[in-house]
Amino acid sequence: MSFQAPDIDYAGLSPVIALTAGLCVVLLSGLVGGARQRFVVSALSTVTLATAAGLLIWQWGAAEDLVAGALRLDDLAIAISLIAVTAAAFVVPLTLREPSAEERHGDFQALLLCSTLGMVLLTQAQNLIALFVALELLSVPLYVLCGSARRRPQSLESGLKYLIVGSLGSATLLYGLAFIYGATGSTDFTAIGSGIDAGLADDPLVLIGIALAATGLAFKVSLAPFHQWTPDVYEGAPTPVTAFMSVATKAAAFCVFVRLFEVALGPSVDDWQPPLAALAVVSIVVGNIGALGQDSLKRLLGYSGIAQAGYILTGLVVASVTGVEALVFYLAAYTLMNLPAFAVITVRERETPFGDDIRAVQGLGSERPALAWPLTISILALAGLPGTAGFIGKLFLIEAAVEGDYTWLGVAIVVGTMISLAYYLRVLAAVWMRPAAEAAPGEGMPAIAGGAPEADGAEAPPGTRCLLILVPTIVAAAATAVFGIYPDPLVDWASNAGDALAPFLT
Amino acid sequence: MINFLLWIPAAIGLLCFVVPRKGIRILPVIGALHVLVLAIVLVLGFDPDAAGLQHPVDESWIPDLGVRYQLGVDGISIFLVLLTTLLWSAATLYSAFHPPDRARTYFFMLGLAETATLGAFLAQDLLLFVLFFDLMLIPFYFLIGAWGGENRVGATIKMVVYTLVGSLLMLLAAIATAILAEPAVGELSFSLADLRANVLPEGSQDWIFWFFAAAFLVKMPAFLVHGWMPDAYRAAPIAVVAVLAGVLSKVGAYGFLRIVLPLYPDATLQFQDVVLVIAVAGIIYGGVMAFTQTNVRLVAGFSSLAQLGFITLGIFALRPDGADGAVLQMVNHGLVVAPTFLIIGLLAERAGTEDLREMGGLAMRAPILAAMFLIVTLATLAMPGSANFIGEFYILIGTFQSKLGFAVVASVGIALAAFYAIRLYQRTMHNRLPDGVTSREISLRDGFVIVPLVACIVALALHPGLILERGEASVEQALDPTIVARR
Repeated sequence: MSFQAPDIDYAGLSPVIALTAGLCVVLLSGLVGGARQRFVVSALSTVTLATAAGLLIWQWGAAEDLVAGALRLDDLAIAISLIAVTAAAFVVPLTLREPSAEERHGDFQALLLCSTLGMVLLTQAQNLIALFVALELLSVPLYVLCGSARRRPQSLESGLKYLIVGSLGSATLLYGLAFIYGATGSTDFTAIGSGIDAGLADDPLVLIGIALAATGLAFKVSLAPFHQWTPDVYEGAPTPVTAFMSVATKAAAFCVFVRLFEVALGPSVDDWQPPLAALAVVSIVVGNIGALGQDSLKRLLGYSGIAQAGYILTGLVVASVTGVEALVFYLAAYTLMNLPAFAVITVRERETPFGDDIRAVQGLGSERPALAWPLTISILALAGLPGTAGFIGKLFLIEAAVEGDYTWLGVAIVVGTMISLAYYLRVLAAVWMRPAAEAAPGEGMPAIAGGAPEADGAEAPPGTRCLLILVPTIVAAAATAVFGIYPDPLVDWASNAGDALAPFLT
Repeated sequence: MINFLLWIPAAIGLLCFVVPRKGIRILPVIGALHVLVLAIVLVLGFDPDAAGLQHPVDESWIPDLGVRYQLGVDGISIFLVLLTTLLWSAATLYSAFHPPDRARTYFFMLGLAETATLGAFLAQDLLLFVLFFDLMLIPFYFLIGAWGGENRVGATIKMVVYTLVGSLLMLLAAIATAILAEPAVGELSFSLADLRANVLPEGSQDWIFWFFAAAFLVKMPAFLVHGWMPDAYRAAPIAVVAVLAGVLSKVGAYGFLRIVLPLYPDATLQFQDVVLVIAVAGIIYGGVMAFTQTNVRLVAGFSSLAQLGFITLGIFALRPDGADGAVLQMVNHGLVVAPTFLIIGLLAERAGTEDLREMGGLAMRAPILAAMFLIVTLATLAMPGSANFIGEFYILIGTFQSKLGFAVVASVGIALAAFYAIRLYQRTMHNRLPDGVTSREISLRDGFVIVPLVACIVALALHPGLILERGEASVEQALDPTIVARR
């Protein structure tokens, strides 16, 4: 009797393997102390992420099942994984001088890589179990990262809040997945799809499952009315972590949202389309209105992220290839435009005593053009003004909405954009049209050490004008502008990703 | 060549970031004049008998979304392009002589604004038009917000919200048009030529018409949606307000002729009266407000609201003579309003205030400035012999033939124009010189900006046929669909 070893597709798994190996190396190298430790660790993380990105690009065009069908490597998975990996690589230099990561760079970076690994797996998940495991792999490190600024109560609060709400979301999702499994007797997406197609579409178990799964995923992508955690967690978490969460988590969760709903639950599209459309509209309204009165830039971007999630959901609701393409395009554009904004907030947090208050960016236009321009481009793109990738993304989404007979969702996007101008323009007005703010008494020190009393009087860390932050920020902002003027490569890339789901869609 | 015309201003604007400090005032001027020369060459090479596009450019841009990079000029847009380049040269020169702080960014924004405006006039793809139309807003937001006067931040936010509400609805309407026309065209296409050839069924035109109309009426601004105008005109730097009133307001009127009439003829006919009511109300309201305002900028601002009422009236008379007059009047008004604002800037400099009641007697020591202002004033009130007279005359002929009632009411507006224009001139130039106001002759540099503009007004008065002859064929083409729809 001969033992048949399972056939393992190492090439397909290579990005995951690279990330796992890099994660271990980074974790271990963090244990070795030394003056240059933080640079070594950050360099190792960057190398890991670059390797993973290289391997993902190498696998571009693949369409195969991995690990006995638990994972599916296709262009959609690769595209979204690339977004997550890019976001992580962007965040690494931001954490270099992050107070919360001082002394424990190894842990910090390893958690970041672990979360990225979860995202890469999540984009490929094609099985309810794989979905849940990957989602937890993504979330658990983030709970820790959010609370990693241990000297700052807000950070701890943020971590705890995220843990509780996130677990609630996970539990709801798991419950929903159980219902779906119960009804169809399968955990595989395609098998669930054919099961529902074979007459289970009106089964109450399936309907409850869909509702609970949608709720759980809505928590993760921060759609209203499941968004309450977002502004608090975004505000409390260390800014680089917020930056990472706002784009990468959203991208990965939307990817699995699309895969679950359009592959597995595709046959019952008529059941989930109207409620999800309603969810999109509620998010657009709540996010944009919530952002209006915010003085904290991170809260503002948190609410704006809720609204953006509403826009992105449109691409899912219409259940068409164009919709998925628009969704992927918008996620990529959103990554490019959101990261520079957070990078600028990170830098200003360390330079000024205002934290992430809007006063921190006042007068930036005349004082620090190298920061003001990326922030300006990124805000203009978030507002969807032409000449930026944000405009093309909105155009893409509205086109998908109108094409899918959801013109009123297009109207909702447009109305939301109008409201959003009120707060986006406030930021631009602060940057270009107001003089730099004077610190009030008692606000004397930059929060370099998380506002800890014992750090008062410490010198501002050297290299706050750090090129390592500035260069990626400017590159991302420039890419936002370039893809607004010449969007063809990004559109092609998104269409490839969307075509991966073409067999399941009209 | 059209590509150069379009992109040179923005490219020069970018170059402003790298030129040495000395060149910062020279480079933008060279750029603006260069574009002006290109536009003049374009006009000289224009074939007046052809109705279609000339110098077409057609490149693939975003094939997956059906958007093409299509440019071209015809008889309607050619003079608006010339007007744009002319007024921008004047504004750039004026700004170079009165240099703002943070000049690099200022001139970049000014260049970007010119590119966006030219793009709106040149675009032959519906989505490209929308893109440039929205793009215009960004530089103006910064120009007014960062270099403006009192209450500039509030004014810009108001302006952006007003205009973007209109233009975002227009974006949606443009996408809907292309998707609804997709079965007839055979593919997703935003090309104006394709969409003109496959007009949408009557029922779906209505809401699309209003979404476009909202964008264009706000941009002008027309009566009822002019709320942003007083604040923005008061806060903007004078060179910016000159191009804002001179050129940007025309983009709205141009949009009606280029997009709305040819693509949505049935809806145009259906809502003709509504738009005419708005136009006539604008004429009367603008005239009355211009007569009662005491801020000099607002007098000019409301007078231009009234003038744009006339232009809308001419377009929506839906007759060739009316629309011809409207095209001529667009250029006339641009030529008149820009020097008006520049002169107002000079007057305010001398009087130290923009309040009409505290001005006066400025003509005493400044006969040349006064003469310039007089020419501009007479052109504003459409004195017989001026090109404005011919433009308004054509507009009224067109309206009399199609809608008699509206024409009669609109004629009152001409009388009002005489009142407010003369009042503005008298109050500032004549009467006794109040304390604190110094009468000074126009400086050589300012003269260098204003005299050529006034010379253009005079030249056009002598030969208005220059525009009428070249516009006729294209205007008829634009009106054709509505005439077909009426049958």
